[in-house]
Amino acid sequence: MTKVLAAASAGGHWEQMMLLRPMLEQFDVHFATTHPDLPKRAGITNATILPDCNQNQPLKSLMCLVAAARLVLRFRPDVVISTGAAPGFFCIALARLIGARTLWIDSVANAEQLSMCGKLSRIFSTRCITQWEHLERDGRPGFAGSLL
Amino acid sequence: MILVTVGMQLGFDRLIRAMDEIAPELGMPVIAQTGKGTYQARNIKTLESIAPSEFDKLIRETRLLVAHAGIGTVLTAQKFGKPLVLFPRRASFGEHRNDHQLATVGQLDGRPGIGVAYEEADLRAAIAKGLESEMGGVASDLAERRSRLTAAVERFIRSGEI
Repeated sequence: MTKVLAAASAGGHWEQMMLLRPMLEQFDVHFATTHPDLPKRAGITNATILPDCNQNQPLKSLMCLVAAARLVLRFRPDVVISTGAAPGFFCIALARLIGARTLWIDSVANAEQLSMCGKLSRIFSTRCITQWEHLERDGRPGFAGSLL
Repeated sequence: MILVTVGMQLGFDRLIRAMDEIAPELGMPVIAQTGKGTYQARNIKTLESIAPSEFDKLIRETRLLVAHAGIGTVLTAQKFGKPLVLFPRRASFGEHRNDHQLATVGQLDGRPGIGVAYEEADLRAAIAKGLESEMGGVASDLAERRSRLTAAVERFIRSGEI
């Protein structure tokens, strides 16, 4: 069965991932987020909690990168998808190195331009999509509907 | 009851202060999740953070949600079918690192069940309108956008195509 790693930070990123959950559960899906209450609230017992970080926090980012690497090496996903933010991007970039197919779904919060990680994912992910049609650019990012 | 939320992290005193001033005219209790704000409200009940399960309970009882323009909040309001007034955080007031919430409300303004107050002065009217509006589940065009994205992600997992 296809192993899917679904990584989404706390807040809107996670809420977006939860909208995809019924579809994801056809596969061998493992969720990763940044706050332990969220999987608990959703009744998900085996989620991985990654340290939260952003581009202004080098030490936390390094800790998150190490935790993401451990998760990717242990779970060995066939596919990684992320709705953001930096922790999900790390999972995507690292999983690509072990041959996984990766999809960045830029958060619907980014209506004006792609997020920083979204821009990086144009290079580092197999595919990336925006949720706003006016931000679509030659399929990178592509547009394929929206959760909002 | 009216539920106010600025999310679980950053404070947003401008919204809490404005709601505190309007609250006596509303004729119903106002409960606010304030994040790490410093403003001391007098007319509304404030909590720095509300546990997710408790928040779900409150939102079921509320008639209207007044909130920062966070996507988590918008999706939660839609999930529970509650009308929503959005008041965007502004970078110029130090309320967020950039003005992406302004871009969000620009796109969402006019959607069913969503009102926007760009300034404090717009809140009264937006709340009055929100209290009158009826939300009936997920609009059909939204359901279509969602199922299109869900199908694309499923296709990607199975075949690598979007």
